[in-house]
Amino acid sequence: MRLGVVLFPGSNCEQDVVHAAHELGIGAEYVWHGDTDLAGFDALVLPGGFSYGDYIRCGAVARFSPVMSEVVRFAERGGPVMGICNGFQILTEAHLLPGALLRNTGLKFICHPQPLRAERSVCHWVNLPEGTVVDIPVNHNEGNYYCDAETLERLNANGQVVLRYCEPDGSRAPGGSAPNGALDDIAGICNERGNVFGLMPHPERAVDPLVGTTDGRPFFTTVMARLAEVAG
Amino acid sequence: MARYEVYVTYKQGIFDPPGATAERALANLGYEGIQSVKIGKYIQIEADAGLETVREMCERLLANPVIEDYRIVTEGEA
Repeated sequence: MRLGVVLFPGSNCEQDVVHAAHELGIGAEYVWHGDTDLAGFDALVLPGGFSYGDYIRCGAVARFSPVMSEVVRFAERGGPVMGICNGFQILTEAHLLPGALLRNTGLKFICHPQPLRAERSVCHWVNLPEGTVVDIPVNHNEGNYYCDAETLERLNANGQVVLRYCEPDGSRAPGGSAPNGALDDIAGICNERGNVFGLMPHPERAVDPLVGTTDGRPFFTTVMARLAEVAG
Repeated sequence: MARYEVYVTYKQGIFDPPGATAERALANLGYEGIQSVKIGKYIQIEADAGLETVREMCERLLANPVIEDYRIVTEGEA
């Protein structure tokens, strides 16, 4: 199984993703934003960073990179795509995922370990029992998820909410547990089909035991196991 | 050559953290009667392009229709 890590000018988490993949025995290679050939890749990750300086809006320019038309085609064929942080922002700008990521309500760039609870979802990338709490770092300035009421209803009804910000015990504070003001404490969502997944936290930074938590491992291994199963 | 001015603002009901902060800061400075402060983007475009094309530019890149409204002012109308 080969993971393609899409590299935009200004991406800065691509090495962490490749390192995490290698740590888990997954083959991973970079895909340059100007490339248009995704042959040979079984899954794609759009890593975090500040693609194109985050000018206009986060992900707004990256979305028109030559590689993105191929990423859209890959996703439409059912190929698994995960967007982490800036990658999530790019996926919303590309309309592969609904909604948008607004500026954090506190106007602060947040950077800390964050408890998250797994929800029951159709996501191909996450298969944790509902209510499982994982500790994964967040690191962003625009992670305040927003969508209209109708979309939120649809996300909840279809099992498209994959992760929510929560308290360490898995509960959600009455005023919300999102450190960035995200609607309904949403930290990660997937498309209706489940193959496209976007999240603000950084699972790649929770893979190597050196950094203190390995809670991010299932975010890479689950999809690979699923692909291996499909391939027989 | 035509000149356009584009104003991009958050849609009604979308929280604007910089605007809310400016609103509080102005109140802290003693200004009374402030109803609301919104902060958006101002873009100048000079191009051999018609209004329809500029509208398309807004829809595709300059604004995100999911969260933002835009208003185009053609030079001379301002």
